[in-house]
Amino acid sequence: MSRNHVTTTVNGDEREFLCSPGQTLLDALRDELGMTGSKEGCGSGDCGACTVVLDGEMVCSCLVLASEAQGRRVETIEGIAEGSQLHPVQQKFLENAALQCGFCTPGFIVASKALLDKNPNPTETEVRYWLAGNLCRCTGYDKIVRAVMDAAAELRQERTAA
Amino acid sequence: MPDLAYHAPDTIKQATDLLAANKGSRPLAGGTDLIVQMQSGRVAPVAIVDLKRIASLKEIREEAGYFAIGAAVPCTSLKNNKALVAEWPGVVEAANLIGSVQVRNRATMSGNLCNASPAADSVPALVAAGATAIVTGASGEREVPVEQIPTAPGKTSLADGEFVSEIRIPRQQKGGSDAYLRSIPRTEMDIAVVGAAASIVLDASGTCTSARIAVGAVAPTVLLVEDASKALVGSKLDDAAVAKAMAAVSAACNPIDDKRGTVAYRKAMAGVLAKRVIQIARERAGGN
Repeated sequence: MSRNHVTTTVNGDEREFLCSPGQTLLDALRDELGMTGSKEGCGSGDCGACTVVLDGEMVCSCLVLASEAQGRRVETIEGIAEGSQLHPVQQKFLENAALQCGFCTPGFIVASKALLDKNPNPTETEVRYWLAGNLCRCTGYDKIVRAVMDAAAELRQERTAA
Repeated sequence: MPDLAYHAPDTIKQATDLLAANKGSRPLAGGTDLIVQMQSGRVAPVAIVDLKRIASLKEIREEAGYFAIGAAVPCTSLKNNKALVAEWPGVVEAANLIGSVQVRNRATMSGNLCNASPAADSVPALVAAGATAIVTGASGEREVPVEQIPTAPGKTSLADGEFVSEIRIPRQQKGGSDAYLRSIPRTEMDIAVVGAAASIVLDASGTCTSARIAVGAVAPTVLLVEDASKALVGSKLDDAAVAKAMAAVSAACNPIDDKRGTVAYRKAMAGVLAKRVIQIARERAGGN
């Protein structure tokens, strides 16, 4: 079977991999690059566990062919923390106990950060609609929404202080 | 998928040549339907022709007579075009009810049209707006009213090797606007049980000079309800005219019974949603 050679930027680093033409970006991240933070919940774009940011817009990596990533910028859950320094979204998920089994968490963190990058002061309604494409079967969402609101407040404070 | 090939042409000509040369190939726009269907084995194309590297298909052009929306323009990008939002708020809203933000960052209206789901959210709004599709193939291009693209659930009038390269929406008339609403049991991330769109033009006296009402998820394809237009044009959209339009919409429906809704519910709701979108479009058009 033919394999496509793809060069792409993942979390700021140039990466190369070989993929089959029908392989999804999610599978390439996990199986070719060993980046298993992005999860497959449904494989059909319903659950958001595989959320990554592609050229600045969040997408389900299970609905992107790996070959499409040629020359693009991909940001994944692995790029959110700076070394051991958690991003405020991650920190607030911990403080608010916004996860239990954790399977949906990478998708929620990537999607929440994508929201706050665009809108530093979202309403609770905006947070809930933005995260409608991420499913969680443990928390009932309320703690997640509170974590995102807290993270937004902290990020605004950091910006004011800076 | 042992023999699948992936192509990413730079020009429409290359794309049509690839589609013509590889019988059983599929164009790829947002991929939010196609990739799911490939994964489930429902479709097994021999080649994928990705349209997203073709610069002209990623643009919204504002022409004198129409907006041209390229086949690779994702739904969320529609919101960034101020003129389109001002003239066709219902179309932009309909396209931005599809799936989640993740999905809408990829999904396109051309793909929504060609997937040929009776419940496609953007299609009733496009039909009401009088939009056309530019169908491109090896032998050239043709312009087709959008309501003639889907022929049955999952089936289109496109010939093998043809694809929709662009959707054209006429510039809004003075005193005109539109609206789309759908009924779903949830608030997001669901498939329409019923969808309804209205495009209304009012003259200075508030008399309706043009009306197009389209409904989705109530028949094998999206329906343009011409009897509803007849009931509304010439009226001031008074209660009697709107009631006639509601009855025409319910009568035109030919829905299925399924887990999302019964035949009777869908028929009744189609009328109710038609009334609501007529009212919203009328307010947006400057009427009371």
